[in-house]
Amino acid sequence: MIPGRFTYHRPGSVNEAVQLLASLGEDARPLAGGHSLIPMMKLRLAQPEHLIDLGRIAALKGIRKDGAEIVIGAMTTQAEIIGSPVLREQAPILIEAAQVIADPQVRYAGTIGGNVANGDPANDMPGLMLCLDARYTLTGPNGARQVAAREFYEAAFFTKLQPGEIVTELRFAVPAGNHGWAYEKLKRKIGDYAVAAAAVTLTVSGGKCASAAIALTNVAQTPLLAVDAAKALVGSNLDNSAIDAAAKAAMAISDPVADTRGPKEYRQSVLGVMVRRAIERAKSRAR
Amino acid sequence: MNAPAPTRAEREAALKGMGFARRRTEDARFIQGKGNYVDDLKLPGMLFGDFVRSPYGHARIKKIDVSKAAALPGVKAVLTAEELKPVKLAWMPTLAGDVQMVLADGKVLFANQEVAFVIAEDRYIAADAVELVEVEYEPLPPLVDPFKSMASDAPILREDIKDKLDGAHGKRKHPNHIFEWVVGDKEATDRVFAGAPVTVKELISYQRVHPAPLETCASVASMDKIKGELTVWGTFQAPHVVRTVAAILSGIPEHKIRIISPDIGGGFGNKVGVYPGYVCSIVASIVLGVPVKWVEDRIENLSATAFARDYHMTAELAATSDGKILGLRCHVLADHGAFDACADPSKYPAGFFNIVTGSYDIPVAHLAVDGVYTNKAPGGVAYRCSFRVTEAAYCIERIVDVLARKLNMDPAELRLKNLIKTEQFPYKSALGWEYDSGNYATALNKAMETVGYSALREEQRRNRADFQNGKTRTLMGIGVAFFTEIVGAGPSRNCDILGIAMFDSAEIRVHPTGAAIARFGTKSQGQAHETTYAQIIATETGIPADMIAVEEGDTSTAPYGLGTYGSRSTPVAGAACARAARKIQAKARKIAAHLMEVGEKDVEFDVDRFQVKGLPEKFKTMKEVCWAAYNNVPPGMEPGLEAVDYYDPPNMTYPFGAYICVLDIDVDTGSTKVRRFYALDDCGTRINPMVIEGQVHGGLTEAFGIAMGQEIAYDATGNVQGVTLMDYFLPTAVETPFWETDHTVTPSPHHPIGAKGVGESPNVGGVPAFSNAVIDAFAHLGVTHLQMPHDAWRVWKAAQKLGLVG
Amino acid sequence: MSADAKVRVAMTVNGRQVSAEVESRTLLIHFLRENLNLTGPHIGCDTSHCGACTVDLDGKSVKSCTVFAVQAEGAQVLTIEGMAAADGSLHPLQAAFHEHHGLQCGFCTPGMITRAHRLLQENPHPTEAEIRMGISGNICRCTGYQNIVKAISAAAETIAGLKKEEAAE
Repeated sequence: MIPGRFTYHRPGSVNEAVQLLASLGEDARPLAGGHSLIPMMKLRLAQPEHLIDLGRIAALKGIRKDGAEIVIGAMTTQAEIIGSPVLREQAPILIEAAQVIADPQVRYAGTIGGNVANGDPANDMPGLMLCLDARYTLTGPNGARQVAAREFYEAAFFTKLQPGEIVTELRFAVPAGNHGWAYEKLKRKIGDYAVAAAAVTLTVSGGKCASAAIALTNVAQTPLLAVDAAKALVGSNLDNSAIDAAAKAAMAISDPVADTRGPKEYRQSVLGVMVRRAIERAKSRAR
Repeated sequence: MNAPAPTRAEREAALKGMGFARRRTEDARFIQGKGNYVDDLKLPGMLFGDFVRSPYGHARIKKIDVSKAAALPGVKAVLTAEELKPVKLAWMPTLAGDVQMVLADGKVLFANQEVAFVIAEDRYIAADAVELVEVEYEPLPPLVDPFKSMASDAPILREDIKDKLDGAHGKRKHPNHIFEWVVGDKEATDRVFAGAPVTVKELISYQRVHPAPLETCASVASMDKIKGELTVWGTFQAPHVVRTVAAILSGIPEHKIRIISPDIGGGFGNKVGVYPGYVCSIVASIVLGVPVKWVEDRIENLSATAFARDYHMTAELAATSDGKILGLRCHVLADHGAFDACADPSKYPAGFFNIVTGSYDIPVAHLAVDGVYTNKAPGGVAYRCSFRVTEAAYCIERIVDVLARKLNMDPAELRLKNLIKTEQFPYKSALGWEYDSGNYATALNKAMETVGYSALREEQRRNRADFQNGKTRTLMGIGVAFFTEIVGAGPSRNCDILGIAMFDSAEIRVHPTGAAIARFGTKSQGQAHETTYAQIIATETGIPADMIAVEEGDTSTAPYGLGTYGSRSTPVAGAACARAARKIQAKARKIAAHLMEVGEKDVEFDVDRFQVKGLPEKFKTMKEVCWAAYNNVPPGMEPGLEAVDYYDPPNMTYPFGAYICVLDIDVDTGSTKVRRFYALDDCGTRINPMVIEGQVHGGLTEAFGIAMGQEIAYDATGNVQGVTLMDYFLPTAVETPFWETDHTVTPSPHHPIGAKGVGESPNVGGVPAFSNAVIDAFAHLGVTHLQMPHDAWRVWKAAQKLGLVG
Repeated sequence: MSADAKVRVAMTVNGRQVSAEVESRTLLIHFLRENLNLTGPHIGCDTSHCGACTVDLDGKSVKSCTVFAVQAEGAQVLTIEGMAAADGSLHPLQAAFHEHHGLQCGFCTPGMITRAHRLLQENPHPTEAEIRMGISGNICRCTGYQNIVKAISAAAETIAGLKKEEAAE
């Protein structure tokens, strides 16, 4: 219940933050919303000697449209995502996902950067980023680089983030105006991680599915882009057999952990259901 | 000048006596954040204690090195069993006739068991010091399956009593055996079963759960060495019992011990027993001469304090082919964990489980309970259980449904056929209880009519056909539960805690200006006693409830009582309250007669005044009488106006209820949505309908959590799982269904105001209603029983087994 | 600066400026309860689930057990102790919880009312479902939430009525 001791730093800029992280090395952790890190520190599962609080860095906030892209500052909270008129109009799937993360208080503090950066397979936003084919801006002492979300996740808690780097920004192409979308997540109760979840975006043209992206959450060591599942939809009229094929393809690449949410076969089966239901809802929203 | 005289109804309304939805007096401090819970307490020089706990479920302790911890700046002391042995406190007696370790003595017997107690200047330093204590363990094979506890090759857990074959409740069959409790007529029952046309048998397990009150357990102990007085504030549902136990264990005379239960943030039976944390804070305070506070965290609470249930019940019913129940046979394997610390009346090692004949007229029955030790936390009697009544009600309500399936009878119809009839009360059950009163068929019929039971069954038939035809993937379930529970422990002839009879007490003192203060031996943890006892006194004395202060919990001022649990406050202390109030009314009547210069038999009490019979315009208000008690009493009468009553109840009370649950199961995910839940409770006379309804809402929410997802599980290595709120299912407002409440009123004939108590009824009746509903959803496919909790993956597995999914 | 050195932190709590020396690891809940003697917010769990510690921080409902006091530097913090008016009259939420029996043991109540306050700022006319979702970060073991929902609904109407009156004046 009581964390170990640490030295607290409150940098005012991204540059200051990454310089601190670089100089302090492994003993330092960035502090975003804190609602993953602080609970771990209270259980003494994490005992960083230095915390670099990103909470006062204005450059890390904000949601804006930048040409054909949407740009979200890493310190944007889930609550800010839910309240964003830009996202409501352009990428409402993010709002639907944010609404099923944790609870109201946690959403006021939890950030999208914190949700995507640490490689926790249970977090929801990584799957959304895969689905939207987002790019993360990683900023370190030697400058900034971009990594596709679809390439960012290597294993549970292992990502392409290098020591001294933090995620500063997320950006993705504005989805087509007529796109259909849905995030379907089964959880035991409010505040729980997914038994299984699926993010689906698709477009329909002339009665046929013209494009689709499907991403899976908490059914493997990393979020998964279900490429074959999406392929099964494209060109079809999104009838039951296409949806079925997509669900089966998604289940085939999943490898969920057995835990108190259920055994592996249950979670896989639920994943299939989530994919089906997400596709149905996305289909109903597509124009 | 002449305001119109208030009507009788207005006078009653101003009194806010029994039957009114009186708003609570205790609210004022809670809604402003001025409650006074144990962790709010700060005393000068106070230190903070914290535990080092075992990571193993069964292990020998080879070595404990506290040197690094003791050397940390701010640490004042570190206690192990070695420091407690000289004061004979390394072990302590339990409420069930066993002993338990306060701090691990040579071995540990359950994961998270207390090993050492660090005392430091503040909780942050204490937490750091806990990390610095080094313990060397030699792991031993753990025993977590109670069905294997009495095998010849089972590891022996309790080396301290391994050669003692005489337990607290008779002979022990095995070193891991605690007791066997047998009730009923075996021969007669066996004969009935042998000859019965229809029998059913099912293993019905009630999983280990935990009451999880929002406030964890805590104590602040303060030894005043100069006066030789020990004061302990703590989360104690039974403060007087704690005081007596503390006197016996510590050697400090009882008049020099003061136990104070301040505000308690929920109890639900979790805060009845004496925990190592309390004992260690007391010892630390005595040794160090300053106050010592102990507050456990949630993981500690869920893994080491009194769990609930863990009963494996093999139930059998014998019946005629048209559904008349002929007999009940039941065997229970009770998993008590490493020590038998059950908070039961001492003659009842399995609590009142022998209420398992339930609401039905069952002529013969036999029950045998075997309690065993395992490498799990001690406890068992908690969580609104009324002493194992939750287990018994679940058992009978499930086996009755199993019988209904076998006979292809509707579960409600089968119940109606077998419910005890009104004219049979007082009813002597085959397992030894005398039920006081009931109108069972009326209640069940009212429930069925209100929910439109026949229409629901018709809807279910259509739903089953639709599912069969692939038109829907949802299955509808309807669960019926009719429970009788037994509360109000209890009569001195059979109920005692550590030898102290389970009476309770009330003390009322009236002031000259017509106000009063009343104190009780019970202790509310949210049950609104400050509001409701005043209502009883108001009705019986004519003093407005708003003019009555109610106090509980300070053993230096409150009369001796056995505390609040088992829904006993209304049946026992509520009776004492009414009787003490009537003593005051009786004296007040004499004073009124004296004031009005008439004979006592010419005076009658009416709401808030004493009036002359036949001459109602000639009266004295109770307020006037209160003043007169202090200056104008009849010759020979003592001045003042107060009364004390200690009430030894002649019997238990038997609240009952009919609950109906309608739910829909999303078969593809196993998720359940409760569509409707209707709860009809009969708790006899209703003191405050608003408070009763709140108790029912809360108890049903607990029952929902238990039935649908709660579990404290141990894996094969002895590790405990599900002990954080991430995994332990406490429903939020989103999962929690809407509760429809209703009532009938069948007073208890032996209770002074006819009241029975209600706090635990919703947990007793709720769990079977939910569970029966889930199982009912699959009953047409041949399912007779599914083990709780009915969390989504388990329901899905059941559907998979039936070929409905996967 | 070494890890065990103290840090000075300053913020405004219930309208009052406060400051103290704390360890950087001091959780906001402990700062409020121990340093400021505001024992309204409570601790009910270890994993940021129960919400008994909820306060209002710069216009956001926050679980104060999951925030370090130093993170709240310069913030405006509201706890249950700051809900009543300066003259002692109860906030409509406090009055409604009392009127509708929205509490029993009282332990969840400070966090619940503080959260409900922010909920009604977010959404002045919530439906029952929106209220339940809105308080889903606050666990209650006693009431089953039903009367809490009633109380919040009633308070919403009272507050809306008061706002109408103010606007009319």
